[in-house]
Amino acid sequence: MVTPLTPVITEHWDRPDLYTLDGYRAVGGYQALDKALGSDPDDIITTVKDAGLRGRGGAGFPTGLKWSFVPQGDGKPHYLVVNADESEPGACKDIPIMMANPHALIEGVIITSFAIRANHAFIYIRGEVPNAVRKVEFAVKQAREAGLIGKNIKGSGFDLDVVVHSGAGAYICGEETALLDSLEGYRGQPRLKPPFPAVAGLYSSPTVINNVETIANIPYIVDRGVEWFRGFGTEKSPGFKVFAVSGHVKRPGIYEAPLGITMRELLDYAGGMRDGSSVKFWLPGGSSVPMLTDEHLDLPLTYEAMAEAGTMLGTGTPMVFDQTVSVVKAVTRWLEFYKHESCGKCTPCREGTYWITGVLEKFEHGQGQQAEMETLTDLCGQIAGRSFCALGDAAATPYPSAMKYFSEEFETSTHTSADEQFDPIASYVFAAAGVR
Amino acid sequence: MTITNEPGAELDARPDLVSVIVDGVAVSVPAGTLVIRAAEMLGIEIPRFCDHPLLDPVAACRACLIEIDGVPKPQPACAQVVSDGMQVRTQLSSDVAREAQEGVMEFLLLNHPLDCPVCDKGGECPLQNQAMSVGRPESRFTEGKRTFEKPINVSAQVLLDRERCVSCARCTRFADQIAGDSMLELLERGAQQQVGTADDEPFDSYFSGNTIQICPVGALTSATYRFRARPFDLVSVPTSCEHCASGCSLRTDYRRSTITRRLAWDDPQVNEEWNCDKGRFAFSYMQQGRIEWPMVREDGELRIASWPEAIGVAAQGLRAAGSDTAVLVGGRSTVEDAYAYARFARVALGTDDIDFRARASSDEERDFLAAHVAGSPMRVEYADLEAAPAVLFVAFEPEDESPIVFLRLRKASASGTQVFSLGSGASRGLSKMNGTLIPATPGDEASALADLPAEIREALRAPGAVIMMGERVASAPGACVAAVALAQETGAALAWVPRRAGERGALDAGALAGLLPGGRPIDDSLARQQSADAWGVDPSSLPHRGLSGDALLTSLRSGARRAALVGGVEAADYPDDLVASLGGVDFVVSIENHHSAVTGIADVVLPVAVVSEKAGTFLDWEGRPRPFGQVFRDAIRDSDAAVLAMLAEEWQISAPSSVSELRAEVGRMGPWTGARESFAPAATTHAPGTGIRLATWRQLLDLGVMQEGEPHLAATARATVARMSGATAARHGLPASGQVSIHGSSGAISVDLEIDDSMIDDVVWLPMNSEGSRVYRDLGVGYGDAVRVTRGGQA
Repeated sequence: MVTPLTPVITEHWDRPDLYTLDGYRAVGGYQALDKALGSDPDDIITTVKDAGLRGRGGAGFPTGLKWSFVPQGDGKPHYLVVNADESEPGACKDIPIMMANPHALIEGVIITSFAIRANHAFIYIRGEVPNAVRKVEFAVKQAREAGLIGKNIKGSGFDLDVVVHSGAGAYICGEETALLDSLEGYRGQPRLKPPFPAVAGLYSSPTVINNVETIANIPYIVDRGVEWFRGFGTEKSPGFKVFAVSGHVKRPGIYEAPLGITMRELLDYAGGMRDGSSVKFWLPGGSSVPMLTDEHLDLPLTYEAMAEAGTMLGTGTPMVFDQTVSVVKAVTRWLEFYKHESCGKCTPCREGTYWITGVLEKFEHGQGQQAEMETLTDLCGQIAGRSFCALGDAAATPYPSAMKYFSEEFETSTHTSADEQFDPIASYVFAAAGVR
Repeated sequence: MTITNEPGAELDARPDLVSVIVDGVAVSVPAGTLVIRAAEMLGIEIPRFCDHPLLDPVAACRACLIEIDGVPKPQPACAQVVSDGMQVRTQLSSDVAREAQEGVMEFLLLNHPLDCPVCDKGGECPLQNQAMSVGRPESRFTEGKRTFEKPINVSAQVLLDRERCVSCARCTRFADQIAGDSMLELLERGAQQQVGTADDEPFDSYFSGNTIQICPVGALTSATYRFRARPFDLVSVPTSCEHCASGCSLRTDYRRSTITRRLAWDDPQVNEEWNCDKGRFAFSYMQQGRIEWPMVREDGELRIASWPEAIGVAAQGLRAAGSDTAVLVGGRSTVEDAYAYARFARVALGTDDIDFRARASSDEERDFLAAHVAGSPMRVEYADLEAAPAVLFVAFEPEDESPIVFLRLRKASASGTQVFSLGSGASRGLSKMNGTLIPATPGDEASALADLPAEIREALRAPGAVIMMGERVASAPGACVAAVALAQETGAALAWVPRRAGERGALDAGALAGLLPGGRPIDDSLARQQSADAWGVDPSSLPHRGLSGDALLTSLRSGARRAALVGGVEAADYPDDLVASLGGVDFVVSIENHHSAVTGIADVVLPVAVVSEKAGTFLDWEGRPRPFGQVFRDAIRDSDAAVLAMLAEEWQISAPSSVSELRAEVGRMGPWTGARESFAPAATTHAPGTGIRLATWRQLLDLGVMQEGEPHLAATARATVARMSGATAARHGLPASGQVSIHGSSGAISVDLEIDDSMIDDVVWLPMNSEGSRVYRDLGVGYGDAVRVTRGGQA
């Protein structure tokens, strides 16, 4: 049986006016808010807990559980911070959501803030996407004018202000504590934990930090209920996911489907591989997760199945590469990214990304040495689990996972450059047109 | 701490302790202890760079990774708090920990230049040392290292070699957390991360030198010491700082009879591990401009003389004047030297005309010191400041006048100590202590104390509250009386914080008219008896209460005295012209180490040792003895006490000359337990005249003679500006910026005006002794006096 697509967040994306308040309301928007404001905040937390929604930012932490860590009645202000700093290579789901359906995010923000008793919410958007920033700012403005944000929302007595903040171009600011530092006006570097943000986050106050897609799920869960949500996905990975498929497929794009759909099915929805091409390797969720090959195409895309296969669902944005791609080159590009984006705070990540990249670039040019393959393995081991935050762990991921399946390519790269092994032009999207 | 050899053995049942097992050895430590500290208690040394016991953990360098049972990933020992029953495995018992540490060390060394042979840190470098224990013998990399332009100045004194930096953030955390001068920051990101400052904002901190000392590599060096010596060629001597009354423990390093550097020494009760830049860098004066030989004046000119001749001439002249001699002891004397002056005055000269206060002083201050301070045991200590619920400053600016008091109170303020300052403006130091300004017109602190808001009185009633009085109370008539009354009313402790390192010791040693050693009133028969016994003289031979302060100087000027014995006094420190006053006597003996205005008019100049050439003791503001040893054992110059003993010898009066003899004699005299002078000074009022009132004090780094010869240090001094409120400037038709002239009774000072709206109206502030602003000399007025301020520079 083929798993059907289940557009929920993306259901009405063909409406040109969905980004407006009227457009969103026309498809039932802000009904969940009425329901939420009429209920006990604790019940909303329980609902989200029962629904089993897991964080869509990559780590998959249970959202309701996260909310329940916020101490209530502590007399401190609480904050909701939406992590919209989508910068993971290959990830392209939060920005489309903010572009096409920003009010789902806003409605989720209002409901979540109500649930965790926050009167101040921040949406921290990646600075490089001003169009998304403008869309969300416009949505916030409309919501404020409609009395959905502000004092005494819809007569409920609940006050909320929402601030849209644009980042300044650092991948590290997607790390939640670095994001908080950045939001407070400091240099974005991760904070020492504990204390955890739920206890002492933004301005040392209890703070929930959630991904855009996570928050955009909330109105639908509140509106349609736990049973409905759990009707999708698996026991441990309930619900649906905005999968963003990219790479050598015919129709790269956004496919919202239940968790548990297989990559092969997603590939079919994406029109299959481009003509004459086959899957060489793919990554389920951004460059920070270990790669898989064509033998893994029938695994269900769930948090648990991906973990069992030695990788992670991550952001749920599969990147698919065909046989024209040099894995050595791909890994080198990723490490160059991590080197560029390492914040510099801890030694393993700062030095590791720098020196690993240097060695990888030698392999890319066919000048690697046999012994250096082991050195690279060692260096990755010296970063993984040793760095201050997950950026280091992510940087230590591509090489070992590439070696697991494609060690012979690195062997070859001790004498032959990546471009000699794989014609770079052949991997381009215009290769089929014979353009050179 | 309890150590047992058997894991899980019965441990101390104290509830505040938790038991943690490190490498199989159980230790119980206070809850909240970091794993790295617990391991230290067992003698297990975990590698570390960013960790510093006095800084908040940052866990950035990752050198201290250890394994904790039940935790999947290795954890930084410097940030991990122990929990009861925690099983910690360090590199000694865990391959995971060892490999993690070795991995981090490889990373740290990858980009580190191999310039140890020319690096200042080489030989005392934590990176070098730990590379020996944890590092790989050979690098696996041949690729080029990242390089930076080197060195760059983060201040005039502190230089940065960025390629040596391991980004441990000790310096930036010190600047931010300890000194409160957060101009030093980490800039850029990733492999380009570097320490630096904003272009127009250098690391302007009185405490900058500490960053050099805590840098675990050779990235931060001082302009003064850079390339001057190798640590293993240096001889180190523990010393105490002579610059102020904070009482820092120092380590003085020298090579070939030349001091190369001074470091803050670890003294948890006093300076913790810090000191100020003056104490660290200002030592060249000891090696420059010294008086080499005794000199006597002949036909109006000083000429070099032999010691026997000079001593003979001096003894003859002083003998002739006898009890008509005044003794001026500078505030920089050691306790032993001050005691020798006090003894010499009473025993050899038979005079009580003695004063150590080479600065503005008052009779009220003398009476306050005699009644409440002299010879008293330590009543307020640094630890008390740290625990104090509230501290009130009266005419006291600790960042400039006692920097370690400032550091300790800054630390205290972070944990709840409320700091109040009676003053004319909220200084940078006060804001760094989160302090509150209580407006007080300079010189009129007494009325501000009398009108103190009720909530501050209430705060001072809390047990442990402290009132701290600075040296400027002497320029604020009635302030001592009001402060004593406030202390009695609220129960707050009183602390007097002089500026000079020797003042408290000189006071206790009896170098003040009316006071014999230990605060003994000179007109008390038991006090006279005890002193006379210790000195081997008849009590009746001791003089009765003599003159001090202004009365003493007036008696000199008027010719009522015939001779003066002046020891280590800087004439410019007096509000009035000391040289003119000394002109009223026939015979001046100057005991000095540097040429000065006094040596310029002295009849006999006897050169003496500086602190590096003698042993001695300072009493810090707490009253805590700060003994120090002799750095240069073969020094040719002797202490003031030894020179005074030679003079006494001329008259067949024996006097102790060595530090051990002097200390023994003071010890035999013991503390004074009899009645103290009562404190009932005559009421005085301040009549400053009309106009703008002058607030002024000496900045930490200024034109002080002991800072001479240190251009790099001098360049970090704060710029000379005048400060006043915008309203005052407007009322007097002054521009919001640009030059103004401040006019006193004898001249004017032209400096740039800086508007400071924290300042109260009709007050202008000037640094007392900075470049372009020597208040006493140029204006002829002092703290609290009236001045006139005009637009523009002075023609």
